[in-house]
Amino acid sequence: MSYLPALVAAGVLTFLTRLSFIALLGRFELPPLAARALRFVPPAVLSAIIFPELVLRGGELQLGWRNARLLAGLVAALVAWRTRNVFLTIAVGMAALWGLQAVLSG
Amino acid sequence: MQPDPPRFTRRNEFLSGCRDELPILLGVVPFGMIYGLLALSAGLTPGIAQSMSSVVFAGSAQFIAAQLIHERTPGGVIVLTVLVVNLRHALYSASVAPYLRPLGQGWKAGLAYLLTDEAYAVAITRYLRDNGKTVVSPYRHWYFLGAGLTLWLSWQWSTAVGIFVGARVPASWSLDFTLALTFIALVVPSLKDRAGAAAAVTAGALAVAGAALPYKLGLPLAGLGGVLVGLGIESLRAEATGEGRPA
Repeated sequence: MSYLPALVAAGVLTFLTRLSFIALLGRFELPPLAARALRFVPPAVLSAIIFPELVLRGGELQLGWRNARLLAGLVAALVAWRTRNVFLTIAVGMAALWGLQAVLSG
Repeated sequence: MQPDPPRFTRRNEFLSGCRDELPILLGVVPFGMIYGLLALSAGLTPGIAQSMSSVVFAGSAQFIAAQLIHERTPGGVIVLTVLVVNLRHALYSASVAPYLRPLGQGWKAGLAYLLTDEAYAVAITRYLRDNGKTVVSPYRHWYFLGAGLTLWLSWQWSTAVGIFVGARVPASWSLDFTLALTFIALVVPSLKDRAGAAAAVTAGALAVAGAALPYKLGLPLAGLGGVLVGLGIESLRAEATGEGRPA
């Protein structure tokens, strides 16, 4: 149990990080520039999670057609763009991944 | 889109928050099970492994912490590492803060506790969808709560399943990919103008370039780079069209 204090400290700091701006915004106005910047946070951060997942395999950049995750991701992006449906995007993306994995390994 | 104005109730908001979080669980539940398994094989006790899921409640940080405990890393280093890995949540906090402003301290603290990547993605998509509407629900925090609680519960029980049952989804199923697909489903429809698309592409490219940086620092840096490029392009276009503030 020697790690319990460290985990509690890590948990408290994580909570305070998440609470930071939510708690402070009641007290001061956000500068207009910051308010404009916030609009770009979701696409920027989520893309920063997505891109490496698609193009990096074991730390190596793979942009070719043999990268099943990249191709399946592009198919999913197309479905998301046309349908705006989360379930359909996941279903088609996973079907594409499995199909491509079967074809590319066969 | 709808002929009748939607009925805004706490219950409807809460339930649609739960419902919109469901697709993400396809990626989260296997992730939680794998965490439970890995934590035990890294030498954590079941009690520590499970309590980390409720005390820290952050997927990637928990994987890293388990790895560090396995390597007998000093507690202070673990705390610092988790703090740095979770710094991106400060961006999320700033991003949702304007919408949570009217709420009381209890609501703010509760929703902050639930502010993970996956709950943030669903909640902010909802808030942005409402932008420009003349009538918005006064109970949108219930939507956030529904999404966050659904994720929280799923994370707890999937950790427990990973720990105690040892059930495992075969890696060959590649179910972890559903997480990336979910984020694609949320981001792509939200790219409505050139500045937003440029922010997304820039951040994605920077994240790939910075993937080898320690402590997942590439992620917050890439996010920052994307935001700056988005702002720059928006300002340039506003200047070109002579408008003070672009829509």
